[in-house]
Order: sequence, then structure tokens, then C-alpha cells
Amino acid sequence: MNEPISSVCITVNGVEHRCEVPTRLSLVDFLRETVRLTGTHVGCEHGICGACSVILDGDPVRSCLMFAVQADGHSITTVEGLANADGSMSVLQDSFCETHGLQCGYCTPGMLVATHSLLKTNPNPTAGEIRDAISGNLCRCTGYQQIVEAVQLAARRVAAGNGNR
Amino acid sequence: MKAAIFEYARADSIAQACSLLAEHGADAKLLAGGQSLVPMMAMRLARPAWLINVNEIAELKGSRRDGAVWVTGAGLRQVDVERDGELARAVPLIRQGLYWVGHVQTKNRGTLGGSLVHADPSAELPLVARTLGASFLLRRSGGERTVPADEFFQAPMMTATEPDECLVEVHWPVWRGERVGSAFDELSIRHGDFAIVAACAQVEIDTAGRCVRAALGIGGAAAVPVAAEAIARSLHGTQLEDATIDAAVESIGQCLEPGSDVHATAEYRIHLARVLAARVLRQARTNATGLARDTRA
Repeated sequence: MNEPISSVCITVNGVEHRCEVPTRLSLVDFLRETVRLTGTHVGCEHGICGACSVILDGDPVRSCLMFAVQADGHSITTVEGLANADGSMSVLQDSFCETHGLQCGYCTPGMLVATHSLLKTNPNPTAGEIRDAISGNLCRCTGYQQIVEAVQLAARRVAAGNGNR
Repeated sequence: MKAAIFEYARADSIAQACSLLAEHGADAKLLAGGQSLVPMMAMRLARPAWLINVNEIAELKGSRRDGAVWVTGAGLRQVDVERDGELARAVPLIRQGLYWVGHVQTKNRGTLGGSLVHADPSAELPLVARTLGASFLLRRSGGERTVPADEFFQAPMMTATEPDECLVEVHWPVWRGERVGSAFDELSIRHGDFAIVAACAQVEIDTAGRCVRAALGIGGAAAVPVAAEAIARSLHGTQLEDATIDAAVESIGQCLEPGSDVHATAEYRIHLARVLAARVLRQARTNATGLARDTRA
């Protein structure tokens, strides 16, 4: 049986991509291998680890649990799309550096996507709400505490008009 | 881990999904949120020749009161169901069950109908549906039928849905009483994991505090979710005192057939069922006592 092919038009970080892809190509493989945005990480490939989280039409989802063809006509934001327009790190990203919210960095794109989405709807989350928001993302380095601190720091910085650490 | 090859079609209406199912039948699977099907495909436990994407079908996403039932479209995202305040007032067990389901990222994609049709014996939504006696509207090209929950769930991962049928709506009974309370509880290794055992209950009490109606269900302790109807009936007319509840759930093992696995023995699952059943009945009683519900919705 020949590899079935599908045409897709997917907007990634504001840029429209029209191409033909294998129908069974997962969204995360599309982002990494077709669009060449390798910030989104492939972890478990069956929806457990959360490293592949991206934002689909405004909501965080696991990109290993979607086929690229399902994203046809939809908009994706990856971790690359969370940075400031000039390429500098967002307050949240910078806060992860500041509090040592990462070590190996494998889970970081998923953590950033999950907590970015949290802060958008809840700018001043409690530690419990932060833990709930990252409950679908595994980290084997930090023990999660510094990640929670990073999100709290980012929330404080944004509330204070941002900028200063 | 990559899925095996498959042919793909996007259905834009229920009629189109049904006609594609009529054409491809047992070789096809409907793809809704994909939060269970896609991992199974990645692990090659499922290898459908055809995937029919039903995510874009607007007519699968309704939510409305219709007399004595609340009608939810099968294609509603779990996150939208959870946020539906009117539904939560009419059928609070749905939101209480969804609290335990997965994580933000999976609820943003996962659908109500997808979880019900997947029919994992430890899943929360099938348990709520079985406990409340929901019914399932299944459509095929040229016809439709309604299947009650006690016939819908047939075996682990197996429902009454035929290969050419699409789950269209779920009808949830609304208890109209002034003093209705419900509760859901479960034990899992971590929040969002599959439940080792889950329990839920709903009770209605009268102004004298007497139980006039009760429903109790157990998940994860048999091939399908179980409604403990005899126990629920035995609570009618009682004041739902702790001792009454404890005595009523003592025999709960009789309606269960739990298996043993690495997480828990069958014996421990029965113990858990007893503990959780008593806990949700007490909590449901408390909620019924504390809330004078707004039933106008």
C-alpha cells in the first residue's frame, strides 16, 4: 500500500504553511521535520510526558496526539512563538532562567506552553493552580519546585509592570 | 512510535460521517479528540484502514436542556463540558467526574463522546453515565436508535455501537428535586492517571432529611462500570446516617468482579469500592443538605 498523502494549510506562529504531508504524520513531526521548528520536543509519543505541548487555536494540546492533517485550517503557536517579537525571551521564559526552572531542558518547551496558557487566563495563580496546570508535564530534573517559582516570579513581574527582576 | 498508514477523510456533517462509515464499516474508526485512539495507533494496538475525522462537525457540539434530560453532543470537548455552568447545575456529577480526567492538554482535545465510546472500565464519564442511567443516541445512514447505559457498556473497550454507527448525543437524566446532592471520588496513583477504583453517588432528600432517591456507581472493579442499584434502593426512606451507609455498602463486592494487577489485588479493589462508596454517599448527602438548588435552569 502506498503512503497516503494529504494537503494541509497550517498557520504556525503566524506564518502559513501549505504543503503535502504523509497522512499519518503527527503534528509534532510536522512542526519539527517539515516546518523545522525544533523547539517543540518529542518525548513519549503517546500522550504522557507533555514535552510536545503546543497551543492550538489558543489552547494547549499535545502535538503527538494529533495528526498534522487534523490541524488543517488551524493555528499553532510553538515555544518559538512565545518569545518577544525581537527574539528576546518573554518574561516567563526569562523567569525560568532566573529561578533555575530547568536543568536538561527537555521538558521546558512543554512547561512554557502549559504555564503561558495558565497565565493568560489566570494572571495570579496560586502554587496549587500552577501545579495543576503542569500536572500533565513530566520533569525529571527540577523536582518541579523551581518551575512553580518561575511561574510565580513571572506573574509578579508582569503585575509590577514587568521588566525588572 | 509512528502510526501505521491509513486513509483519511474529514466529515463536515453527521450524515457524511455516517455515509463514510457505511462505506468502510469495520475498517474505519471515527477520530474525535484522539486522546485514546491516537496513542493506541502509535503503539500499533489499533490499525484502522480509514480514519474519519469528526472534529469539525458543528452539529455534534450542542448542549441543551430538553424536558427531563440534558442533551449533550458527542463531539463536545471535555473542557467545554467542564466549564458549562448550566450543565453543572443540572447534572453536577459530570463536572465532578471530569475533575479527575486527564490534564488540561488532554481535556482541551478529548471529547465527551470519545471517552464514552472508548469505554475504558476505569474511566470517569462512563461511570457517571451508567450511574445516572444516561442514554445514547446512535445514528447510521438511514436510521437511529437509543441505547440505555446498562446495554451500552458491554465489555472493556466495547460498547453497543455497531461499526456503521456514530454516537450523536448523550441524554443525561436531570433530577428535578430541590435537595439533590452528588459526589465523585477515586483512588489513582497520581491525579489524572487511570482510577484503580472510582465511585460516584447522587441522592435526593426530602424536607425531613429522608432519602427519596439514590444512585451509586463503581468503576474500575468490573469489565464495565457498575450501578449498585440494590444498595441504592436500600437507602430509600432512611436518614442516610453514617451507620446506615456503612451497613448498606458492606455487601458491595457482590455486584463487582474486579481483577488483580500490579496496582491492586481484587480483594483490595473491593475494599476500596466499599470505602469510596461510603465516602461519596456521605458527601452527596452533605451536598444535598447544604444546597437548595436553583432548579429553574
